[in-house]
Amino acid sequence: MSAETLLDGRWRLHPQVALRPERFGALAYHYGTRRLSFLKSRRLLDVVEGLGAAPDPAAACRAAGVSDAELASYGRALATLAETGMIVPAEGAAEEVAA
Amino acid sequence: MKLVDEFELGLDAPICITWELTYACNLACVHCLSSSGRRDPRELTTAEAKGVISQLQRMQVFYVNIGGGEPTVRRDFWELLDHAAEHGVGVKFSTNGSRIDAAAAARLAASDYVDVQVSIDGATAAVNDAVRGPGSFDTALGALERLAAAGFRKPKISVVVTRQNAGQLDDFKAIADRYGAQLRITRLRPSGRGADVWDEMHPTAEQQRSLYMWLLEHGDEVLTGDSFFHLSAYGEALPGLNLCGAGRVVCLIDPVGDVYACPFAIHDEFLAGNVREPRGFEGVWRDSELFTELRRPQSGGACESCGHYDACRGGCMAAKFFTGLPLDGPDPECALGHGEGLLAARGAEVAIPAPAVDHSRVKPSRLRNGTPERPPAKVCDENPLADFLTAEG
Repeated sequence: MSAETLLDGRWRLHPQVALRPERFGALAYHYGTRRLSFLKSRRLLDVVEGLGAAPDPAAACRAAGVSDAELASYGRALATLAETGMIVPAEGAAEEVAA
Repeated sequence: MKLVDEFELGLDAPICITWELTYACNLACVHCLSSSGRRDPRELTTAEAKGVISQLQRMQVFYVNIGGGEPTVRRDFWELLDHAAEHGVGVKFSTNGSRIDAAAAARLAASDYVDVQVSIDGATAAVNDAVRGPGSFDTALGALERLAAAGFRKPKISVVVTRQNAGQLDDFKAIADRYGAQLRITRLRPSGRGADVWDEMHPTAEQQRSLYMWLLEHGDEVLTGDSFFHLSAYGEALPGLNLCGAGRVVCLIDPVGDVYACPFAIHDEFLAGNVREPRGFEGVWRDSELFTELRRPQSGGACESCGHYDACRGGCMAAKFFTGLPLDGPDPECALGHGEGLLAARGAEVAIPAPAVDHSRVKPSRLRNGTPERPPAKVCDENPLADFLTAEG
């Protein structure tokens, strides 16, 4: 997956990931991979929390108030979260958990 | 604001906590940073420990690093592990492996919330056992074997880098690969009994430089607990958070519930409070005088004019403290060599602070390098092979 393009389709937070809001953004911890990540803005936290209810990540970004100019950098952040399994395609989530 | 600057001002809850469950240990490693050995009768009860877990859950502390002593010698160890998992607090625990039998390995493999870290301090029995005691290398590898056989995914192998094993980094990596484990290497601190052996065991300047190069090459495959951030002054920053998180994003809870700024600073100077206080751990973390002070912008002191201050931030507070160096000056292992001069210049009048508590069974601590390391408790306790336990090359 290219880091330059926004992810397609419906995504959600991995069910084993917990978010802890902080003044700078949030901590995200994956109990399965024991990986800790930092969401570096409160807006990114809003985007991630809104993923499940949005038809695709671009819509989640817009709903959280991300401007067109910022869309690419939010896209890269989401791609990184996808690569590390913090967010998963909503349809595929069930298999992910079983694996 | 950069993330590191945010962290230096402290968070409402720690990112991770080290929790030493007991001072009891069946080994007597010469560099033990908590001077463990005998159980402390004031140890937190099962109910009190569960109370701490509830608070951690409320504060959304995602995981704790459990250690000791040897944590598995506590009778309620497994009960506490289950309790933490049920309350969304992940656990990584450190062990010498002596209690990881087949049943324990199977139990661990079945849990998503538990990670295991087996300690060795040499890639060969000779180097390891000189530090951790006769037979401890085989014990640790046996545990790793049983974990692998039970299907435990990716345990950690934890190594404290010393002058004696700094040349074995590739060998440690090979051992980790052999057991499907991940290597974790951390810095030797002059804390606890580590103070007694630091002079002869801390890596030389040349070894530090090689270690730094090795970390640049392998940094993404090995864990370090970000403990080598002082080496970032060599040039490029190492992977991870390069800052001292003491009292800001990390802290230590000791077996009797005392809360210290970091696992390497068991001393009254760094004691913030106790979880038995009315407001418990949360109150200590949020409002203790010490942690409030640590979260204020710190002075770099003598280091501030150094061009590398942004990289190393003056190094490790505990390393300075327990070698008798000023806290606002260079780290004793400063990459630029500023620590060495200060160490050499320490006058006889400089008192090296002793740890607040010492549960060692026998003192003093000395590297077991061929000579019997300490007087046997009884004549018949002397290991007949002690004289043959010499360090390799």
